Amino acid sequence: MTLSISLSVNGESLSVPLEDPRTTLLDLLREHIGLTGTKKGCDRGQCGACTVLLDGKRINACLTLAASVDGTDVTTIEGLATGDTLHPVQAAFIEHDGFQCGYCTPGQIMSAVGLLSEGDAGADPERIREGMSGNICRCAAYPGITAAVLDAQRRQSENEGTSA
Amino acid sequence: MNRFDYIRPGSVAEAVAAASEAGAAYLAGGTNLLDLMKIGVVAPGKVIDITRLPGLDRIDWLEDGSVRIGAMVRNADLARNPAFSAAFPAVSEALLSGASPQLRNAATVGGNLMQETRCAYFQDPLSHCNRRAPGAGCDALEGHNRSHAVLGWTPSCIATHPSDFCVPLAALGAVVEIEGPDGSREVDLASLHELPGTDSAGGIALKHGEMITALRLPAEASAFAGHSRYLKLRERTSFAFALVSAAAMLRMEQETIAEARIALGAVAARPWRAAEAETFLKGKKAEPDAFAEAAQIALKEASPSGDNAFKITLATRVLTRALTLAAKGTPDRVPALPASVFTSSEGATAHA
Ligand SMILES: Cc1cc2nc3c(=O)[nH]c(=O)nc-3n(C[C@H](O)[C@H](O)[C@H](O)COP(=O)(O)OP(=O)(O)OC[C@H]3O[C@@H](n4cnc5c(N)ncnc54)[C@H](O)[C@@H]3O)c2cc1C
Ligand code: SF4
Ligand code: FES
Ligand code: FES
Repeated sequence: MTLSISLSVNGESLSVPLEDPRTTLLDLLREHIGLTGTKKGCDRGQCGACTVLLDGKRINACLTLAASVDGTDVTTIEGLATGDTLHPVQAAFIEHDGFQCGYCTPGQIMSAVGLLSEGDAGADPERIREGMSGNICRCAAYPGITAAVLDAQRRQSENEGTSA
Repeated sequence: MNRFDYIRPGSVAEAVAAASEAGAAYLAGGTNLLDLMKIGVVAPGKVIDITRLPGLDRIDWLEDGSVRIGAMVRNADLARNPAFSAAFPAVSEALLSGASPQLRNAATVGGNLMQETRCAYFQDPLSHCNRRAPGAGCDALEGHNRSHAVLGWTPSCIATHPSDFCVPLAALGAVVEIEGPDGSREVDLASLHELPGTDSAGGIALKHGEMITALRLPAEASAFAGHSRYLKLRERTSFAFALVSAAAMLRMEQETIAEARIALGAVAARPWRAAEAETFLKGKKAEPDAFAEAAQIALKEASPSGDNAFKITLATRVLTRALTLAAKGTPDRVPALPASVFTSSEGATAHA
């Protein structure tokens, strides 16, 4: 029996047949929908390369069954920028050299976006490092990553300050 | 991964009926089940997705002051619930010290209780493992076993239960609500996981088809809120399972301990409640010697199951320290590094 699921990916409504129920959300995005920005590192929840937002919350797409995300709203790295304008977290990663090879970067950025919306870390670098601990960087770009997230956090709170 | 039928039932009754069939397994957050399916340790023919079942994602405060947490509440949502973390701060700290933020957003209360051991031989389908295949033998006995059990083990199985969440829950007398093919029942969380016997490997004590629907904490469990800590020793600063951990909770009357609640994690096949040590502390002054002695009592029956005698010393020290920190009072906010042995105060850094 072929399952069929409907979901929104980066704001676009899609209906996808699922020939194989074993398909994970990660494989659905990469192999079926053609969004290869989300990366596969370990495929077992240990590295964070596959981080996406599911209904606004960061999760590991590799440990999520595609069939179970029917009706949800998924945001991937491809959905962050507005046209040519980068998302503030993307811009901050470039500004602070938050990567070297770049393989972990989509996951790092999606995780940082999730962290900022959770709002627990504030401007405390230790809380940011702990909040980013689900994302491993093989190149050890950690100092740049922390600086980028701190900066993005600062800009976000300034914006909230001006809009309020 | 094996092929399977994906089933999404509309009610608990439908879920239990579907899961009672041979080869069926419940799917909650999937963070343990899918992992085990990928490495070929489990191969369910039917996967029953219970994440959408109505009413299981709620936290309800009951009239008698107890709290009932639906089995589908996500670990992160429970840890961050303000009323819950105020009443049970060590439970929140334990949750926040487990896995990663992404995994905690997916992992459910029921799934966390039901997660399997991280024993490397259990996870390798080519190894002998009594827990996977009763009677097959136990390759951990003569293998890499430095992280294995020091309490409650037998040569049938020396695995530990890896959950952080379960440790303070066991100490606080949590009760698990279960729905199954033969109706409903309740079990104390402290005995949800069976210890190994002479011929049995122990493990999760649910019958096939049974489903956890909720977890309850009794009203008196919140009396420890002012002096509650969870401390977790791991082999890297964060995002690692416990080597040993301890939940320590005190109800203080001035300088005197009116009541203590203690459990150890990663030392046995179940979260290990230390009732004798709790009794010992009752009526004592909150002083270092009393805490050190209580920790000795908690570990007095411990014995190495392999290259892990060091875990007994570590557990004694971690518990002593957890009790000492609990006596100082619950921090206003969960520390930047939850449950870490490196930081016990705000401001200090542990990550390089
Ligand atoms: C990389 C990694 C690191 C981790 N680190 C930690 C850590 O440091 N500390 C820690 O405590 N945990 C850790 N975990 C484990 C994690 O907490 C569990 O995987 C998670 O809690 C399982 O919950 P789930 O909802 O995803 O369960 P699932 O994977 O959906 O299910 C797990 C098992 O429980 C059964 N099940 C699920 N719900 C029910 C129910 N309601 N009734 C009956 N059976 C049910 C399933 O059939 C399955 O057998 C880690 C996991 C990973 C992958
Ligand atoms: S310790 Fe237990 S889980 Fe590990 S191999 Fe032995 S029987 Fe299996
Ligand atoms: S690929 Fe998902 S966590 Fe590594
Ligand atoms: S930049 Fe290379 S893995 Fe992180």
